[in-house]
Amino acid sequence: MIAFFIKRLAQAIVVMFVISIISFSIQDNLGDPLREMVGQSVSEAERQELRNELGLNDPFLVQYGRFVKNALQGDLGTSYFFKEPALDVILGKLPATLELVFGASLIIVFLSVPLGVYSAINPHSWFSRAVMGFSIIGISVPVFLTAIGLIYLFSIELGWMPSFGRGDTQPMFWGWESGFFTWDGIAHLILPCISLASIMLPLFIRLIRAEMMEVLQSEYVKSAWAKGLNPRRIYFLHALKNTMLPVITVGGVQIGTMVAYTILTETVFQWPGMGFLFLEAINRVDTPLIVAYLIVVGAIFVITNTIVDLIYGLVNPTVNLAGKK
Amino acid sequence: MPLLEVRNLEVSFGLRSGDVKALRNVNFTLDRGERLGLVGESGAGKSVLGFSILNLISKPGRISDGQILFEGKDLADMSPEELRNIRGNRISMIFQDPMMTLNPVLTIGQQMVECLQAHRNISNENARTIAVQKLQQVQIPSPETRIDQYPHELSGGMRQRVVIAIGLLMDPDIIIADEPTTALDVTIQAEIMELMVELCERNNVALILITHDLGVVSQVTQKAIVMYAGRIIEQGPTREIINDAQHPYTQGLMNALPQMAIPGQRLNQIRGSMPSLQKIPTGCAFNPRCDYLRDACTKQLPGYTVSGNCKVACHMVAELKQAEQAPHEA
Repeated sequence: MIAFFIKRLAQAIVVMFVISIISFSIQDNLGDPLREMVGQSVSEAERQELRNELGLNDPFLVQYGRFVKNALQGDLGTSYFFKEPALDVILGKLPATLELVFGASLIIVFLSVPLGVYSAINPHSWFSRAVMGFSIIGISVPVFLTAIGLIYLFSIELGWMPSFGRGDTQPMFWGWESGFFTWDGIAHLILPCISLASIMLPLFIRLIRAEMMEVLQSEYVKSAWAKGLNPRRIYFLHALKNTMLPVITVGGVQIGTMVAYTILTETVFQWPGMGFLFLEAINRVDTPLIVAYLIVVGAIFVITNTIVDLIYGLVNPTVNLAGKK
Repeated sequence: MPLLEVRNLEVSFGLRSGDVKALRNVNFTLDRGERLGLVGESGAGKSVLGFSILNLISKPGRISDGQILFEGKDLADMSPEELRNIRGNRISMIFQDPMMTLNPVLTIGQQMVECLQAHRNISNENARTIAVQKLQQVQIPSPETRIDQYPHELSGGMRQRVVIAIGLLMDPDIIIADEPTTALDVTIQAEIMELMVELCERNNVALILITHDLGVVSQVTQKAIVMYAGRIIEQGPTREIINDAQHPYTQGLMNALPQMAIPGQRLNQIRGSMPSLQKIPTGCAFNPRCDYLRDACTKQLPGYTVSGNCKVACHMVAELKQAEQAPHEA
């Protein structure tokens, strides 16, 4: 187990190093941060002075070295716009985004498994065909359109759901807040979560269905039938456990991807999360904030993948993480 | 009443191009403790027959005609619950490849206990005790530790022993073994076969052995069925079939055995290959490959001729018999 974590840590360091180089080097190409920071009245000489002060005129490697040195101490620079540490600004918005991802993941897990399993067991039923048809639509329609459609239908026409914002949030821990504890907060979560899930849900239904159909053809499932077991046990233990192995792996990657998709969802729903912040930061050429966002998202990827590998090791006995004999 | 009686069994697979009959007009009986060999090339319908006895044909296949009478009750006409009571309990099945038949994510113990608990009201501890006993019977060393291991921690031979132990778990009346040693190392094949036969004998279990190995059939079974293109073409006591095959196809199979060859000479083989089930020749299905082809063979499906204790589906049986005896008389 310790060996696994050390290996993972080494991998994480390499990954984070690469992410930091990439995100740091693109910032030069994003435009002039000075234009957004100061008004038009500031003269060119004053601008130069400010650039020197911020270290923007130093060679790339010097700037990067300074960045890494600070980053290791938890300082990813100061946001030009908020005039606060970029990491603090990002982390302040993280709970809202994670809440969205968590809500969407719940929808995906609780719908994709039963729907995928059902349509694998009864591939020719009209319900399975309908699920497959809708999943094609779900995959092909962009999140933007889904989100706007949801707002139009449920907020404007029917008036059931709020159309933007997080609503009423309650403090949790570490000063984080969540909308999961109030009805108002949950009501605000529903539409954004559905639209965020709309891309991944069909993907997972199709993945689970395809894997399950393959597993149902396997010899060990046939021999389970020949043993006279209860169909429920065959489907939900013998078949599902094997079905979930590849699904868990894909799921790990997709959770990270979903964090990225929040940019779209948060923009449409005016959701005060990381993705929304990131888009604003790009408009304002707030480079430290952009870099900090990329690094935080990179770290989320690394962490979720490590957790997923741990879960995979628990489910699949042929994978031996702990090094036990 | 025989333990198992198959009557006019027909199995069809519904394909887009129409129904394809994988089994046609299959009739045989099996008595308690009897050992029956099912022989034939790949695609002859041996495995389909094995699966259909448990009514386990997967879609688009189905039993389209006939009866499978187990102790007088028709398995082809039972409710799913009744079938579940028989599968793994009264009739169990051993599959070809032990690498594939054990679920990789469940322990040996889980896969044994679940079978016991599916058929008996039994506590975990008691089920485990029985499982350990069965593992002992199939000569698995230190069964108490093996039972908590996963299939991948066992060798191929060990796994097949586990599969046999699962087959014997409920002390069934019939075991259907579908090429149980084909996937194993040659050195272990004989060992596993011997073990299986010994356990069947000791517990008076009837065995249906599906194989293409005539050598094994002659050593192990009392009765044999030779199948070709979904039909039984010859059946009878193993000794008679091995020593004095009547059907040209069975004769061809016997001559093709390497043991029959003279060193230095090419091995005999039956020319051509088995027809696809969608394109079975009219008349006798074997006619394009047969050396004794007559007009009748291409026109009429041969019925069964009784010859000694055997039943043979060939127009030429009588003629061949004469030809065979002629040289002796001269």
